[in-house]
Amino acid sequence: MSLAASDVVPGFGDQPFWLIVIKVLGVFVFLVVMTLFSIVFERKVVGRMQNRIGPNRVGPWGTLQSLADGMKLAFKEEIIPLLADKPVYFLAPLLSAVPAFLAFSVMPFGPEVSMFGHHTPLQLTDLPVGVLVVFACSSLGVYGIVLSGWASGSTYPLLGGLRSAAQMISYEVAMGLSIAGVFIWSGTMSTSQIVAGQDHRWYVTSPLIVSFCIYCIAIVGETNRAPFDLPEAESELVGGFHTEYSSFKFAMFFLAEYINMVTVSALATTLFLGGWHAPWPIHYIWAGCNSGWYPMIWFVLKVVAIIFVFVWLRGTLPRMRYDQFMHLGWKVLIPINLAWIMLIATVHVLRSRGWASWQVAVTVVIPTAAVLLIWAIAGEAKRHQNYVAAAEEEEAEARLGPAFPTPPLNLVVPKAPAVARASRARASLPRAARRASVSQQGDDDE
Amino acid sequence: MSRPSRPGSNEPAPTPVGFAKGFGLTFTTMFKKVFTEQYPFDIYPTAPRYHGRHVLNRHPDGLEKCVGCELCAWACPADAIYVEGGDNTDTERYSPGERYGAVYQINYLRCIFCGLCIEACPTRSLTMSNEYELALDNRQELIYTKEQLMAPLLPGMEAPPHPMRLGDSEKDYYTVDSQAPLQKGEPQSSANEAGRPITGRAIEVGRHHG
Repeated sequence: MSLAASDVVPGFGDQPFWLIVIKVLGVFVFLVVMTLFSIVFERKVVGRMQNRIGPNRVGPWGTLQSLADGMKLAFKEEIIPLLADKPVYFLAPLLSAVPAFLAFSVMPFGPEVSMFGHHTPLQLTDLPVGVLVVFACSSLGVYGIVLSGWASGSTYPLLGGLRSAAQMISYEVAMGLSIAGVFIWSGTMSTSQIVAGQDHRWYVTSPLIVSFCIYCIAIVGETNRAPFDLPEAESELVGGFHTEYSSFKFAMFFLAEYINMVTVSALATTLFLGGWHAPWPIHYIWAGCNSGWYPMIWFVLKVVAIIFVFVWLRGTLPRMRYDQFMHLGWKVLIPINLAWIMLIATVHVLRSRGWASWQVAVTVVIPTAAVLLIWAIAGEAKRHQNYVAAAEEEEAEARLGPAFPTPPLNLVVPKAPAVARASRARASLPRAARRASVSQQGDDDE
Repeated sequence: MSRPSRPGSNEPAPTPVGFAKGFGLTFTTMFKKVFTEQYPFDIYPTAPRYHGRHVLNRHPDGLEKCVGCELCAWACPADAIYVEGGDNTDTERYSPGERYGAVYQINYLRCIFCGLCIEACPTRSLTMSNEYELALDNRQELIYTKEQLMAPLLPGMEAPPHPMRLGDSEKDYYTVDSQAPLQKGEPQSSANEAGRPITGRAIEVGRHHG
C-alpha cells in the first residue's frame, strides 16, 4: 500500500527548525487558551441552562475567571501524602498532561499558508498514520491516571484510577472502531489527507453518520465527562484518581482533562465535519473562505460547537449507573460499530470494483436495511410481549391482595414467653382442672 | 406509545420525542431570564413578613412595651433570648405597670428566626423587622443587647424613664384609643415600616458598634 511507500506526508518533511518552533508554540498557546476558554464557556452555558449567569466577577463578564482560578491553583499549598510513591507521584500528572498536548500535533488547523515567505500547511506535523498518534497519546494518558491512583498511596484514588482507566479503555474501543470506518472510507490515516478527502462532501453526510454518532457518544465516555463522569462524580465520590493531588499537579490533571476534550472535539471536526473546510453554503457566497488563514475560523468554530454539545449534555442528562454505562459501551456501541464497519467495507469494495450506486443499493443496502428493520420490529414485538407478560403477572399479584407485606390469614402466632410458661404450668395440673382452664382460655380468645 | 419503561412505574419509556424535549428544555432555558440577583450591589425588598432581626417596640409616649415576662425566652426553641425583669418605681418608670425588661439580649448565633417569640409576646413588644444583614466577624457582637433592639424614638415619643403619659393606670395603654395610631396603619417604628427594605445602615440608633 501507499502507506509503506513513503514515511512522510507531502509537505511535512522539510520544515525549517524555526517554523517548527513557531508551530509548537502556536499549538501550545491554542490549547492553553482553549482550556481557559472552555472552562469559562462551560460554566457560563451551564449557568444559563439553570437560569443563572455563571461567573461574572473577574474581567469583563467574568471571562477571566478560569485564568484567576488557574493562578490561584498554582500558588496553593502543595500537600503530598506520606505514603505516596514519590517518583511516580511526580511523574503521573506529567504523563497525563504531556500526551494531551502531544496529541494535538497532528491536527490540521488549515490549508497551506505563507509564513514569512515560506509555504507550509497550518499543522505541526503529519504522519501516514496521523490519527493513530492521537490514539497512542490518549492511551498514554490512561497511564497517568492509573499511576496517579497507585502512587497516591490511598484507597480512594486507587479505586478511582481503576474506574477511570476501565472507562477510558472501554470507550476507546468504541471510539477506535468508529474511526476505522473513516479509514476505510477515506483510504488514509493521515489527518491532512482525511480533511482533503472532505473537500466536496463532509464524511458526516455519508454512511459514516452512524460512526459519527458512536464516536460522539464514545468521546464523552473517553473524556470522563457527564453523563459518563462516574469516576469523578463530584456529588457522590471524593474526586477519583486526583483526590490526593493539590496545587500545580492537580492543575495539570485539570488541564489534561480539558485539553483531551478539545482534542477529541478537534478530531471529530477533522474526521467527520470537514476539518477546516467552511460550512456548506459559505463556499458559494465567499470563494476565498477555504484559503489562507480563514479556515482556522471554521476549525475553531466547529470545535467550539462540539464543546457546546459536551456542555449541553452535561446540562441535560443525569449521571448514568456504572453497569448501564458498561452495558452501553460493550453491548450496544461496539456491536453496532462492528456491523457498520462490515457494511461500509462491503460498499467500499463493491464501489472500487466499479459497481454502480444502484447495484450497491440493491445487493447490500436494501437487504441490510430489511434485516435491520425486521430485527427492530421483532425486538419491539418481543419487548411488548415481555411488557404484557409482566403487566399480567403484576395484575395477578394485585388480585391476590395488597402489595405491602400483610400477615397471611391462617397465621399461627407463637405464644409470648409468659403465656407459654403459663400453659406449661397448666399442663402439670390434674386433667379436670386443665380442661376448665383450656375452655376458659378459649372463651377469652373468642 | 406512552407505556411505562418498567411495568408498575410511572416514568414514561424513553422516546426520541422525549429525548428532544429534554434537550430542548435546557437549550431554551439559556435564552430565558436569569434569576440571579446582584445582591450586595442591588438590594431587593424582602417579602413584607420576612423574619428579620427583632425590634423591641414602644408605646406612643415612648415607654417600653416589654414587661419583662420572659415568655419569649421560654418560647424560644434555640434558647437564644435572655431576659431579666426589673421593677418600675414612681421615680424611674420604663414601662406602664409594675415590671419592665431590665436586661434583654438576643443571641443571633443561636436564633433560627422561627418567630415563636413573636407569637409568645403578650404585649406586642417584640416584633421582627425585615433586616437580614446580620453577619459580623466576631461572636460577641452578635449578641444583641436591649439598646440595639429598642425601636428608635419617633416624633412625640419621650425617652424613658418618665411617668405614664397616656393615663393613670397601665390599662389605659391597652385601650383602643391609645393604640389608635397603630390601627390606622401609622408606623410604630421606622423598623416596621412596610415595603421599605431595612438594612443595617437604616437603623443606626442604639448601635454602639460599626
